[in-house]
Amino acid sequence: MSELRSLYQEIILDHNKKPRNFGKMAGANRTLEGYNPLCGDHYTLYIKIEDDKIVDIAFEGSGCAISKASASVMTTLVKGKTIEEVQKMFEVFHKLVTGELTDLSFESLGKLAAFAGVSEFPARVKCASLAWHTMKNALDAKTEAVSTE
Amino acid sequence: MQPYQDILTSKNSGSGFDPEQVRALFPILKTTVHGKKLVYLDNAATTQKPESVITALDDYYRRLNSNIHRGVHALSEMATEAYEGVREKARQFINAGSNKEIIFLRGTTEGINLVAGSYGRSNVREGDEILITGLEHHSNIVPWQMLCNQTGAVLKVAPIDDKGEVILSEFERLIGPKTRLVAIAHVSNALGTVNPVKKMVALAHAHGVPVLVDGAQAVPHFRVDVRDLDCDFYALSAHKMYGPTGIGVLYGKQSILEAMPPYQGGGDMIRSVTFEKTLFNDLPHKFEAGTPNIADTIGFGAAFDFLNGLDWNAVSQHEYELLAYATEVLGAIPGLRIVGTAREKAGVLSFVMDDVHPHDIGTILDQEGIAVRTGHHCAQPVMQRFGIPATVRASFALYNTKAEIDELVRGINRVKEVFH
Repeated sequence: MSELRSLYQEIILDHNKKPRNFGKMAGANRTLEGYNPLCGDHYTLYIKIEDDKIVDIAFEGSGCAISKASASVMTTLVKGKTIEEVQKMFEVFHKLVTGELTDLSFESLGKLAAFAGVSEFPARVKCASLAWHTMKNALDAKTEAVSTE
Repeated sequence: MQPYQDILTSKNSGSGFDPEQVRALFPILKTTVHGKKLVYLDNAATTQKPESVITALDDYYRRLNSNIHRGVHALSEMATEAYEGVREKARQFINAGSNKEIIFLRGTTEGINLVAGSYGRSNVREGDEILITGLEHHSNIVPWQMLCNQTGAVLKVAPIDDKGEVILSEFERLIGPKTRLVAIAHVSNALGTVNPVKKMVALAHAHGVPVLVDGAQAVPHFRVDVRDLDCDFYALSAHKMYGPTGIGVLYGKQSILEAMPPYQGGGDMIRSVTFEKTLFNDLPHKFEAGTPNIADTIGFGAAFDFLNGLDWNAVSQHEYELLAYATEVLGAIPGLRIVGTAREKAGVLSFVMDDVHPHDIGTILDQEGIAVRTGHHCAQPVMQRFGIPATVRASFALYNTKAEIDELVRGINRVKEVFH
């Protein structure tokens, strides 16, 4: 049970129920789809970049609680950040969910700490990573939809 | 391996069926998962194996291991006898007319690919049609799409209704002068629908069209008689009927198999080889190129023995009651919707819940020790038909109990607690 709670933290349940920055966004200059063919998670990410900074971001689509909450939390974290800052955040998140991060303090991770439990559930790492991988590819100006398979 | 057989025979000869006694024959069912007793409800993916099957595999490698059909030495002769003995068990199990009609291969998927590759490539031309149904597993879709791409033939699909039943009038309408083959599941792996295969075969035969039946999900649940069905091909997998992975059977009517070219070339499938010309072996060896999966075939033999030792009327009754009970108690949970409500079903209960994705349900159930499958179940067109990305699938075997379904209900309530 404690393991379950570590996966389904309040933040995750909250963002799943009330996803932030959810819906189609006008004025995006990067748009990319991400999907997980195994479980059918499917999102579209809208990003507006100006002067190497993410000035606005939104997402739409459907999927499991982990993938949706991860996308939602991600949009709240990266809005207003420079591309370089976001790339670093991606690295931290990736290490966090694959269990490679040693410093798990809330100070260093902030809201991302809610996803620390994911590393205990290998089958769910792809769910948590989907939006982040999609964003990274969008920032790298890739245009092909991201698939976790 | 005989003692288990004796237990089964003595316990089940006309005296019904006790799932608790049968459970004791399956070592893995004593396992715990995340500290909870394993509740294994993923039997449509693969069933667990009785001790006798595990022992047969071990025993083969310890006592018999050698190559078959060629050796003159004692081990080879014994192994050949054991291997061919399983062919006879398979023939009896599905009531085929001859051992020549029993081809061993990796499983249902390879059986369908054999028919598509051999029968299909020599009988299907541009503009011809292959007819399947809307509830097929990918393994009974993709080989036909590949054949269509290679030949210019067209794949036709008989639709299913909201209950998950094939609309028979549409199925019949789609059989026409261009139809070269009909390929249908006996039981749907995603929904549990039992197709009226005998009737569908008769409809196809009325137009002179042969029928392949994907029996992977049928043979674990009820006795199949291929001559009664009158199907032309029937494919099945051992691992879904308590046998090992990597072995299965393609049944084909002898007259049709005789006329088909080999599927793969190699050793064992030839009579003589020169660089100018090769003469192919007789059935069934013509379709069994290379050293076959001897060990798993012998394990499959132990699975047949296990199944033959059961009182099938009682097993069917038990499985019917399990599915009816699960349908009743899960159907009563607010916010849970059962997907696939055909009048005749076997072994499978697929469902979705309001506001909780199947993947999350699967993870939470797993933490409770309950193994279910979540996802599209290799039947994406079925999911598309119902407008859902995925379902949770609980699938039952003869060793499951009502108490385990109660555990599933408790697990689902747990899901609701986590998601408030």
